[in-house]
Amino acid sequence: MPTMNMLQAINNALDIAMAEDEKVICFGEDVGIFGGVFRATSHLQEKYGKARCFNTPLVEQGIIGFANGLAAQGSVPVAEIQFADYIFPAFDQIVNETAKFRYRSGDLFNVGGLTIRTPYGGGIAGGLYHSQSPEAYFTHTPGLKVVVPRNPYQAKGLLLASIRDPDPVLFLEPKRLYRAAVGEVPEDDYQLPIGEAEIIKEGSDITLVGWGAQMEVIGKAVELAEEQGINCEVIDLRSLLPWDADTVAESVLKTGRLVVSHEAPLTGGFAGEIAATIQSRCFLYLESPIARVTGLDTPFPLVLEKEYLPDHLKIFEAIRESVNF
Amino acid sequence: MTQYAHQPVFLTGDEFSIPTFSLLSPEGEPYSEGDAPTLEKDHARRIYHAMLATRILDERMLAAQRQGRLSFYMQCTGEEAAVVGATAALDDADMVMAQYREQGALMYRGFSIDEFMNQLFGNELDYGKGRQMPIHYGSRKLHYMTISSPLATQIPQATGYAYGQKMAGDGHCTLTFFGEGAASEGDFHAALNMASVHQVPVIFFCRNNGYAISTPAVEQFAADGIAPRAFGYHMHVIRVDGNDILAVYEATRQAREIAVERNQPVLIEAMTYRLAAHSSSDDPSGYRSKNEEEAWRVKDPLLRMQKWLLAKGWWSEDEEANEQESLRREVLDTMKRAEKRSPPPLESLISDVYADVTPALQQQFDHLKQHIRRYPEAYPRGAKSLDLSVSTDADSQGGE
Repeated sequence: MPTMNMLQAINNALDIAMAEDEKVICFGEDVGIFGGVFRATSHLQEKYGKARCFNTPLVEQGIIGFANGLAAQGSVPVAEIQFADYIFPAFDQIVNETAKFRYRSGDLFNVGGLTIRTPYGGGIAGGLYHSQSPEAYFTHTPGLKVVVPRNPYQAKGLLLASIRDPDPVLFLEPKRLYRAAVGEVPEDDYQLPIGEAEIIKEGSDITLVGWGAQMEVIGKAVELAEEQGINCEVIDLRSLLPWDADTVAESVLKTGRLVVSHEAPLTGGFAGEIAATIQSRCFLYLESPIARVTGLDTPFPLVLEKEYLPDHLKIFEAIRESVNF
Repeated sequence: MTQYAHQPVFLTGDEFSIPTFSLLSPEGEPYSEGDAPTLEKDHARRIYHAMLATRILDERMLAAQRQGRLSFYMQCTGEEAAVVGATAALDDADMVMAQYREQGALMYRGFSIDEFMNQLFGNELDYGKGRQMPIHYGSRKLHYMTISSPLATQIPQATGYAYGQKMAGDGHCTLTFFGEGAASEGDFHAALNMASVHQVPVIFFCRNNGYAISTPAVEQFAADGIAPRAFGYHMHVIRVDGNDILAVYEATRQAREIAVERNQPVLIEAMTYRLAAHSSSDDPSGYRSKNEEEAWRVKDPLLRMQKWLLAKGWWSEDEEANEQESLRREVLDTMKRAEKRSPPPLESLISDVYADVTPALQQQFDHLKQHIRRYPEAYPRGAKSLDLSVSTDADSQGGE
């Protein structure tokens, strides 16, 4: 099985999707001959022509507005927003149009073919405008699906599933892992399910939940905890909308403890949604309060990035406090 | 080719003056300098019928709104020639993406009065399943994209839709309607730029009707209307008398040729006037004079076309009277029918959010049904579509 980094896996998924279906069209800022600022779309224009892989003007609301119309027409657009920090000019098109197309027309029209790819998250010394994790703005929007892969294998399988999903998908790519995460990725076509969490490691004392780049950080914290004799269960949500509450609830019924971690700020973050749901479903089984380990309620900093981020030590401390509550 | 100047040259655009294309005088007489209109008799009658039906539907439905039978309404009044004329110049399978005031386009394509009513009353037959405010029509069959309330969002979508049509190579284009107010939104600029750069067969049709709700054109833009913006995007543009059915038709017909045969976008600015209020929630007497309105009433696009048809012998006073009477009756009869129909089933609350209902949504819905069974009198519409005979069983089970 070949080894790929996450960008190569994403590129490979796009290649497969474009080869299979001529209606798949990739576009965004700099995605053409240059292959995108991160090179996720390398060689696609060479292979499939300028009509199917092209640069757009610098206009996020235009990119998504265009993508909505193209998807409504029956094409399968894969639109790239260069950084998730720059998705906000397209916010109206995403939450008022993409998400509501099928509902408001009574299914006369839909934009199910649309996938929006965008790099998110910190850890790259990018400062406040190249580091944000805006997932919670979108998980509040019925009609969208929000998917976050954690490694190259996930990225390929989830991206192919997103492109072929009958609903529009916001696909958040952890850019810190673009080149850092390397792993075995089958060359063949395969899909991973949207809406299903994955239990990465079974355990009995405490449940840890995260997604995307945070899974690696959680993994390090778990190593520390296990050295102390704490047996951890680790769950990667993979999909935040819809999210797999059943898998998390079953795990917490078993372990009685839950720590949720994400890079985005605490207040209004998706961990709050998970905590509320699990609290209502597992109330009598909880041995300690559900803990959230997140970024601060501030914009993302540049120099003090390490201090801001929910790293493995902060998660380890939350695990210890839960277990010793 | 770069031209150099050795003294500073500031330009304002005043150098450009865009003429208004017109073929019919206000009296309905063709200008002798204009090229003879190419409209066939049957086609002309179809157009007029759609304009007349739109006018009558609007009159009746505004009255119905005033009587409290409808929550909201928007009239096309004064802009019928712009809307119907443009649509008539398209192939019926070209996509129309309208703003909200363009029911004339649907009327022209054969949306029945019944279909209008079902949407206006949001009953069980409404294609939109009673989810949107009145006038947010849509028809897949008639290639008319469902209306979205947020302003101007349909404009870049039209560019994308038309790009898909170009890729499919089916020889069709997309026409998007919007008002001069919507042309201030970022979506407008995004749409024109992308269409121009990517050579997309899309027609941007601006109904410059003078007002964005209460804001007059002078407070909306400093330039000479919307048309000059096309220069910045290197796009074909034409300004047309929007109350002149022949000019609108001919301009759009030629724009379609440019779009479909050369894959190039075109901007059309139709100069017209919103004779009615912005919506049933608006009262124009607070921001414009009766004199101004009267001056435009003389230019009523319906009267102008009627005069032209009468002069050609393609229409008669009797036909006019009969047609008006029969349309009024049809509107009233179908309105009564639509009002009495059941609301959409309760399940329509959760369908079409996703292609399939998610488990979480199903759970919320089951919970809601249980609640409505407990308090049916508080939710008469929801209770109507639930089979309450099973409510006792469900209640006796209790809990979730």
